[in-house]
Amino acid sequence: MGVLYDAIVIGGGVVGSAIARELTRYRLNCAVLEKNADVCYETSGRNTGVCHGGFAYDIGSLKGRFCVEGNRLMGDLADELGFSFERCGKVLVGFTEWDYNRLLEVIKQGEALGATGLRMIDKEELHRLIPAVEGEFAMLSENSGIIDPFGLTIAYAENAAENGCRYFLDHEVTAIAREGENWKITAGGEEFVTRWVINAAGLSCGKISEMLGIPGYRMIYSKDDYIILDERMGKLVPMPIYTVPSNLYMGIHVTRTTDGNVLLGPSAEDTMNNSWYGVEQKNIDMLYDEAMKIWPHVKRGDYIRTYSGILPKWTDENGRIQDFKIEILDDIAPHAVNLVGIESPGLTASTPIARYVLELMKAREDLQENPDFNPVRQASVRFAKLPEEEQARLIEEDPNWGELVCRCQKVTKAEILRAIHNPLGVNTMVGVKYRTRAMMGRCQGGYCQMRIEQMLEEELGLAPEEVDFNRRNAPALFGKVRDDA
Amino acid sequence: MNIRNVDVLIVGGGPAGLAAAAELHRQGVTDILICEREKQPGGILRQCIHDGFGLTRFGESMSGPEYADRFIREVKEAGIPLITNASVTDITKDRLVTVVTPEGLLKVQARAVVLAMGCRERTRGALAIPGERPAGVYTAGVAQAYMNLYNRMPAKEAVILGSGDIGMIMARRLTLEGVKVKAVYEIMPYAAGLPRNVEQCLNDYGIPLYLSHTVTEIHGDHRLTAVTVSAVDEHLKPIPGTEEKIPCDTLILSVGLLPENELSLGAGVTLDPRTRGAEVSEYYETDVPGIFSAGNVLHVHDLVDFVSMEAEKLARSVTRYLADGLPACGIAVTCDRSVNHTVPMRLSGTEDVMLSLRVSRPGRDVTVRVTQGGREVAAKKMKKALPAEMIQLVLKAEKITGTEDLEVTVS
Repeated sequence: MGVLYDAIVIGGGVVGSAIARELTRYRLNCAVLEKNADVCYETSGRNTGVCHGGFAYDIGSLKGRFCVEGNRLMGDLADELGFSFERCGKVLVGFTEWDYNRLLEVIKQGEALGATGLRMIDKEELHRLIPAVEGEFAMLSENSGIIDPFGLTIAYAENAAENGCRYFLDHEVTAIAREGENWKITAGGEEFVTRWVINAAGLSCGKISEMLGIPGYRMIYSKDDYIILDERMGKLVPMPIYTVPSNLYMGIHVTRTTDGNVLLGPSAEDTMNNSWYGVEQKNIDMLYDEAMKIWPHVKRGDYIRTYSGILPKWTDENGRIQDFKIEILDDIAPHAVNLVGIESPGLTASTPIARYVLELMKAREDLQENPDFNPVRQASVRFAKLPEEEQARLIEEDPNWGELVCRCQKVTKAEILRAIHNPLGVNTMVGVKYRTRAMMGRCQGGYCQMRIEQMLEEELGLAPEEVDFNRRNAPALFGKVRDDA
Repeated sequence: MNIRNVDVLIVGGGPAGLAAAAELHRQGVTDILICEREKQPGGILRQCIHDGFGLTRFGESMSGPEYADRFIREVKEAGIPLITNASVTDITKDRLVTVVTPEGLLKVQARAVVLAMGCRERTRGALAIPGERPAGVYTAGVAQAYMNLYNRMPAKEAVILGSGDIGMIMARRLTLEGVKVKAVYEIMPYAAGLPRNVEQCLNDYGIPLYLSHTVTEIHGDHRLTAVTVSAVDEHLKPIPGTEEKIPCDTLILSVGLLPENELSLGAGVTLDPRTRGAEVSEYYETDVPGIFSAGNVLHVHDLVDFVSMEAEKLARSVTRYLADGLPACGIAVTCDRSVNHTVPMRLSGTEDVMLSLRVSRPGRDVTVRVTQGGREVAAKKMKKALPAEMIQLVLKAEKITGTEDLEVTVS
């Protein structure tokens, strides 16, 4: 028999990687099985990137509790892990008396959940905060913010890996069986044996749950299309702008990323398909119309691209969306932590969810603290954001800092090299993009993608047809035009 | 940090920047610095290995690299300083320029700055083409760079959206390398590129061109597997029921070029909403004194020959600017909807000027008319006018009087 793991996490998204990081605080031999070629390729990388204030959830729910807690933690987490986070606040704008009363209810609900910094503001204050917005009044959530979702997920994963957790990319779980006191997991054609298994499979949580012998979760998926606008528009969105939510739906919002791009979305449509990421024309049109109602500055010429994300939700027999489910069923599936329906606010709540998972495990087993655990991860340096003296110093140290590979985002060769040699072993072009922002600008890789492709070949010794664009077996190219002379 | 002083800093060592440098030198301005971000000068010409360059400027047909080489050699022989691998990251309105190079961060104070950054391609995202985001969606220029500069094969079976010149040239290039190019789809009822390219790149190779068609969905969650194309109505809206799904592994986009003016905006230069390039006087000076612009960064040209010639004119203006300043240019050039854009946008009225323009839509037996207060300043009769082709006509100084706007119409 090969290695016996203490704990294996299925799914390396933001929740799986947060759990992996918490596991490495203890003396546990742990690993993550991720089906994709990178850790933020599904829901974790395809969302609005908002750090929620924690007012939009049922009182007494885990969603509300973990969201409020996660919101409080986010600043410290950003300092430790080195990802972009701004506690910029957020507004819910209203127009009618119904809206006003609904917002008062939202404040009451938020306060019952423990959220703070929620208050009504009048039109004057609203327009002082956001001159470009429409609305008669608003609810301000002072503690809400924006997160770089790629940065957060990658930071968790890299910190976990640096603390000893092994990442197996391209390892989709195909079978799970109980074998004596352990679990035997088949993934990517390999077998893994572990004492604990944690289902953090996100969109596949229902499937993995059944493999663990826990049937019966009804899954429904919410597909969200978004439009991304040029970063020069970001200054008109100092904080996320939402409309008044109903009980079921948050409405179209206009938000800003930590890099200044403006996002319009989501379209929010229920579907049974958890893998189709196509963006639809009708949604592009609808997002434009709806966004213009609250932020009348959308211009077609500012479109950078579109994307979509999918949220996993579980429902009761009447179709009502349920709270996060985080459980250990000792009788049916011992030593298996089952997480189901981890949708929004999963990004904000990721560390509280992970700590709760560890609490459940510790209630069943003594865990020894890992004295070597280092919670701090070196943030990747963004040349474009440094003062000139610092830029000059870096170039003197290493000329690769003086070679701009991506012109739109001003990403240097040194940054690309660091991304290519990442601790997780991600080797796709989009992996470089998520780690550096190269190819994310207005030319969408028109200038830099050939160089990045070439660097992936050279640095990793790959043949041209082996360089994948985003997923495994999604080649960017078909070899050479001519054999080398 | 040391600040270096130069008379003229040229941003970009492509056809515009090189031609400007060479002409400045001929005019006696020698304190020049060309900053080129690539490892070699030449700009986009380096990847344009087809011929047809130079017919107007040199009276002979050359490949892109050969055309560029004429200017590169002249610049080198004249000893004009040219630094490669040097990316300009900032220009202030007082012409203090920041340059990032592997040798260090440079600060250069220039008396005049020449913006010669060229243009970039419009992308899938800018068009918001619906569908999935697989591997295998490339702009024509990226596909061209992969093939001609990097020796990499971007496609096996391709569909091309847009009949821009690079798209058609790539249709031929891909076909010659064994790629099956299934068709070119163009949303407008006419080709976007030059008629000679429709003949030589599509018709000669049996590649069908479908006008009034566009791609309405992209399929594939790994590599691209197919695109859906639809016919469009006169408002360019897809007509339901005309969808056709075409299996292919690559979608090549040739859907327009945009002048690359992020640095110009940073310097406070006002852009023209029609060209998306700088708003310039007849001396190619922007509204920020001492900052000049020419070539594709000013307005997208059809032929590189005109880029070189425009940059040479700019160089003569810069020479005058450095010696004794330029006349004020208070006469605005305006146009109606029949004209896509004109360059320049402001005139002095003191000397003859070459006006460049493009029509908004194709026309036969049309007249381009320039008037001032109802009086005709210049007119040009044309058997055929195509948006793909730049039209030029000379405005005589003696015909321009006072400071009233000039109006350009095509009818």
